[in-house]
Amino acid sequence: MNIHEYQAKALLEQFGVAVPRGVAAKDASEFEAALAGLDGSAGYMVKSQIHAGGRGKGSFTNGLKGGVKFSATREKALENARAMLGNTLVTAQTGPEGRKVQALYFTEAANLGKRPDGRDDEYYLAILLDRATSRPVVVASTEGGVEIEKVAHDTPERIAKVQVDPAVGLQPYQARQVAFALGFKGELFRQAVALVTKLYQFYWEKDCAMVEINPLLVTKEGRLVALDAKVSFDDNALFRHPDIVALRDLAEEDPKEIEASKFGLSYIALDGNIACLVNGAGLAMSTMDIIQHFGGRPANFLDVGGGASKEQVTAAFKIILGDPNVKGILVNIFGGIMDCDIIAQGIVAAARETGLSLPLVVRLEGNNVAAGKATLAASGLKLVAGDSMADAAQKIVALVGKA
Amino acid sequence: MSILVHEKTRVLVQGITGDFGGRHARLSLDYGTQVVAGVTPGKGGQVFEHNGHKVPIFDTVADARRQTGAEVSAIFVPPPFAADAILECVDADLDLAIAITEGIPVRDMVRAKRAMEGRRTRLIGPNCPGVVTPGRGDKSHGGCRIGIAPGYIHRRGKVGVVSRSGTLTYEAVWQLTSKGHGQSTCVGIGGDPVNGTSHLDVIRLFNEDPETEAIILIGEIGGSAEVEAARWIKEHCKKPVAGFIAGATAPAGRRMGHAGAVIGGADDTAAAKIRIFQECSIEVAKTPSDMADALLRVWKP
Repeated sequence: MNIHEYQAKALLEQFGVAVPRGVAAKDASEFEAALAGLDGSAGYMVKSQIHAGGRGKGSFTNGLKGGVKFSATREKALENARAMLGNTLVTAQTGPEGRKVQALYFTEAANLGKRPDGRDDEYYLAILLDRATSRPVVVASTEGGVEIEKVAHDTPERIAKVQVDPAVGLQPYQARQVAFALGFKGELFRQAVALVTKLYQFYWEKDCAMVEINPLLVTKEGRLVALDAKVSFDDNALFRHPDIVALRDLAEEDPKEIEASKFGLSYIALDGNIACLVNGAGLAMSTMDIIQHFGGRPANFLDVGGGASKEQVTAAFKIILGDPNVKGILVNIFGGIMDCDIIAQGIVAAARETGLSLPLVVRLEGNNVAAGKATLAASGLKLVAGDSMADAAQKIVALVGKA
Repeated sequence: MSILVHEKTRVLVQGITGDFGGRHARLSLDYGTQVVAGVTPGKGGQVFEHNGHKVPIFDTVADARRQTGAEVSAIFVPPPFAADAILECVDADLDLAIAITEGIPVRDMVRAKRAMEGRRTRLIGPNCPGVVTPGRGDKSHGGCRIGIAPGYIHRRGKVGVVSRSGTLTYEAVWQLTSKGHGQSTCVGIGGDPVNGTSHLDVIRLFNEDPETEAIILIGEIGGSAEVEAARWIKEHCKKPVAGFIAGATAPAGRRMGHAGAVIGGADDTAAAKIRIFQECSIEVAKTPSDMADALLRVWKP
């Protein structure tokens, strides 16, 4: 689960991490009050709050450039805020359709320090799971404010990684290793050790999937401040964090995905026109792949789970049909334990209930498959049976192509 | 032989009194698997009955092992308690713990995996379909089925199958069986980012197993487990291998059903993994329908 920057910073602050002072606003009527509470002597930052990166370099469909704007005065901050709120921001991560900005975050601008070579004094710090070792890893770099993937590619020697033994947690010497790797001395070194320690505590206690501070910066006054923060949580652990669940912003999620999750379905919208309905995540992914292999474009990932009950199949059909781009449906069920005839009855009932008129190809395999195929054939529905995944994929691609 | 489990393996089921665990315990008994004990804390002394089988239930894994000689556990307990169930198997020194449970918090698995280091017990899963060594009877009856796979699609034979995904494994197994080729053992290692046994661990076992002549390796986007396995295969594997990677059409950064199936960088895309498979002389299935045929292009049984 993802949260907004302003929510992430509020949580980090609770754990003792220094962040610029800021106030979030969801309505233009709140702008004046938000700014009134901030010290604008160094100017303000107005930051669009969406669950996607690349905000600073993004642009709005109304022509405004930048989803994060420095504003020297209060008037400028208000002007920028009014141009952002309610408008659509397109970034490298939102896709071309962009994301509507429904919250803004006003912060005090920081007096950015400079390094001896004149560069901005910005760093990178993150904690995430190292899948290769199944242990948390702290990742730090002297190169902040840029994409870490680019640093990893161009100057990998500027990235330090410290693995944490989960049996004992992050040790003080490890926090010092990170602070030394970032080149800090004196008072800043002390601040960095404390920061890494607090950040790990937050990551571990809150079951984070990832905590990323980029950039972490040194102000002219000599303070380490988390200028931006990205935090995501392990969905499997949300049951023990009601405070985190309360931060979920449904407006940032696809309504079809929310609807799907109510029925225990796992759904992700894509931009093609052939919908698929499959049991099992691996089979669902490869069903999308095989549609593309035969020249079609998958409209979604949809895993109905191992059971594929009639209620689930009906809900799945409704969700699929809610996507106006869909021109045909491929159902691919490997009914290992489940009786294929029961699944077939579910498909027939769901197709009837939803008044399905689009081309439908069904590939059914497994337990009692002959009866299932007979049920489909006797239904009077205009559906095509597929014998294998390849056969079914070719048939739906041909039908949608013709449609 | 087979790997990990065989026809005589004595199996206990943690969570046998739940709907999920009970249903699959019955299916395993029907398949002819030696389900010798159940474990549900507080229900020790009860009996799980099915078609004339009477499976004793114990309060602890240690008791179940001591009194029945069970060596392997199938874990069906709900996610908040599953890591605890795994560690109870470790404490009881079982050979193998197979965790079917989906949705265990990553932090719990990170701690459990750390606690298992240097211990005797091997973990398969979590979030996996389990392990099947097919039997020699009708529709592979008499085999060892631990988990949730449909038993009847198997046939005893010479192909080892390893995969993260359940239904995709069944797809590969069914293709093999339909073409008359059986399996030595089929292992679902699970779709979570932290799991007990990797693709490579299973490939090593297949490589050493005299009954296994050829291997199907099924992977997906996310992580680098398939890449490690492929590099090892190139250097050390004596047997022909066919591979498939699911997720060529998956958008970056989205979790595709499995908690571990998310593209994090350029190296864990399907295209990158397929390229490495090809470099490592693994015959790549062009589509999921091509898995058995891909193997038969490099293996002449």
